[in-house]
Amino acid sequence: MAEETGTMERGKSAFAPNMQWRRVKSHFFVALGMLCVLLGIVTLVVLLVDVILQSAGWFDWQFFTSFDSRFPERAGIKAALFGTLYMMAFTMLMAVPIGIMSAVYLEEYASDNWFTQFIQINIANLAGVPSIVYGLLGLQVFVRWMEMGRSVLAGSCTMALLILPVIIVASREAIRAVPPSMREASFALGASKWETVRSHVLPYALPGMLTGAILAAARAIGETAPLITIGALTFVPFLPEHPLDRFTVLPIQIFNWVSRAQSEFHELAAAGIIVLLVVLIVLNSAAIYLRQRLRTRY
Amino acid sequence: MTAPVRISRRRFTFAAAGLAGFALLAACGGDTATQPAADSGEMAEGEKGEMMAELQGDIIIDGSSTVFPITMAAAEEFSLKHSGVRVSVGVSGTGGGFKKFSAGETDISDASRPIKPSELEAVTAAGYNFIEIPVAYDGLTVVVNPENDWVDCLTVDELKKMWEPAAQGEITNWNQIRDGFPDMPLDLFAPGVDSGTFDYFTEAIVGESQSSRGDFQASEDDNVLVTGVSGSASAIGYFGLSYYVENTDKVRGVPIDSGNGTCVEPSFATVADGSYQPLSRPIFIYVRTDAAERPEVDAFVKYYLSPEFTPLISSPEVGYVQLSDELYAALTERFANRVTGTLWPDGAEVGASLDRYMP
Repeated sequence: MAEETGTMERGKSAFAPNMQWRRVKSHFFVALGMLCVLLGIVTLVVLLVDVILQSAGWFDWQFFTSFDSRFPERAGIKAALFGTLYMMAFTMLMAVPIGIMSAVYLEEYASDNWFTQFIQINIANLAGVPSIVYGLLGLQVFVRWMEMGRSVLAGSCTMALLILPVIIVASREAIRAVPPSMREASFALGASKWETVRSHVLPYALPGMLTGAILAAARAIGETAPLITIGALTFVPFLPEHPLDRFTVLPIQIFNWVSRAQSEFHELAAAGIIVLLVVLIVLNSAAIYLRQRLRTRY
Repeated sequence: MTAPVRISRRRFTFAAAGLAGFALLAACGGDTATQPAADSGEMAEGEKGEMMAELQGDIIIDGSSTVFPITMAAAEEFSLKHSGVRVSVGVSGTGGGFKKFSAGETDISDASRPIKPSELEAVTAAGYNFIEIPVAYDGLTVVVNPENDWVDCLTVDELKKMWEPAAQGEITNWNQIRDGFPDMPLDLFAPGVDSGTFDYFTEAIVGESQSSRGDFQASEDDNVLVTGVSGSASAIGYFGLSYYVENTDKVRGVPIDSGNGTCVEPSFATVADGSYQPLSRPIFIYVRTDAAERPEVDAFVKYYLSPEFTPLISSPEVGYVQLSDELYAALTERFANRVTGTLWPDGAEVGASLDRYMP
């Protein structure tokens, strides 16, 4: 009897549900996770509130329609905003087609030999190269050798190089996600390789490709270092008239305002940061919208 | 089976068209932007009769961040008078500015110190010549925290003791600087080693440019230095006068004794009359001689030195110390006569007078 109880107790302890302690551990893990999430969100909220409070009162029509000035109440971001938009337009025109075509070639056409692998490793590595290196390359190749000068075009070419690896990697992922059955069905109907790529692979992979391209653009918009290196200017009281014209961009304008002596300019810088954030949010929202909208078609 | 293919093709075409539209938009943007310029060109042609020929063209300026506020103000005011001239100003530092200048990429170079012999060589080797023009004085201000009640004046020797390379790790307390100073750790703040301010301070105080202790908190942004000094009761630092004038509520400027026993407060007035020594320095613009032949560059430099503009240099928005009217007149004359070359063959000098530019 005593022995039996002993076995039962042993059995009981071996299989004890011990729910209380396990629940505590479970709750503890949830709390830890929440803490990690909050850490990021609280920091972001504090930063945002600080920036928004500082920028309060500086947003008016004048802010968007004026060039920089030594009087804070006359200064605006017209040149920087347009400079950023111009530069990004040319950047995307160059980087998106080249990036997508490279990805299609690498995924659909290239044979798997050492050369292709060499290229693939290099593209992956290039995606991690610090942006200042692209700036130095751009200064030597585009500004000096190709004699583009300190122009919108030189900036765009440098930025296109910067985001090309990201676009290629994202596009290849998107192409890889196309089910082989789609290609096989197309081949079975007698379509050629190009017809298959054009009518099936590309449309199917497009949402993923565009998402990658837009996220890459969002990265490029916030870049300052490579543009300072190639010589984007600080005070530009005019809009670029052609691709070879001089320009400035939002991050450079913000950087300049932050370093001025007068504290009103620090508030203007905060307003500039809000504009940059809004541009980024619009781009990211566009990426999400495109992905959702194009995906539902299949 | 055919239905999904057709849809997919349409979607793809749509997206491609979107991309093309983006391109078109960019191209159109470029076109519309070019339009007004062409118009204003024609207008200028027509107005020639009633007023002076409207100036046209681009002026490219780059260089020191210290000179930037002055040149930017000149560019801003000049653009209001001559809307056909597009003046852009960059900030690549004095040294970076001279690199672009000798590559022929800029018309005017901003410099917070005279050209160095090595830079002069590069400019000459590239086949260029220049007209050297001092445009204003800048004062370097030594500042402490407002809570600091023991420092009323510092001599150059005391500053040297604090900042020379030998002080590194050795001079770490206020009581080592002067008997009677309290037992407080020395918190040092200074501009980064790439700045012209650092160059000049080390030259004037330690006796050799770039020669300084390395264990201080450095920032290229003077606002960071202001924040640093205002956050620590035992802090001391130095930066340009314009940053001090904007932040007198956060930091206190220390009068400097150059060695003759009199303490001089840092202010626009003491920098202007030359008594604030050795920490006031002239700052310059360098105009490429071939660029000066272009009417828009010629007009810009003349405006820069004119009585119409120079009083703005000491306005609170710009924050520097203007030179005397006689000096500006002499410099205008010198520029008109295209007198080339530097008057500082050995580079920067401490406590140097600008009388050398007088005829």
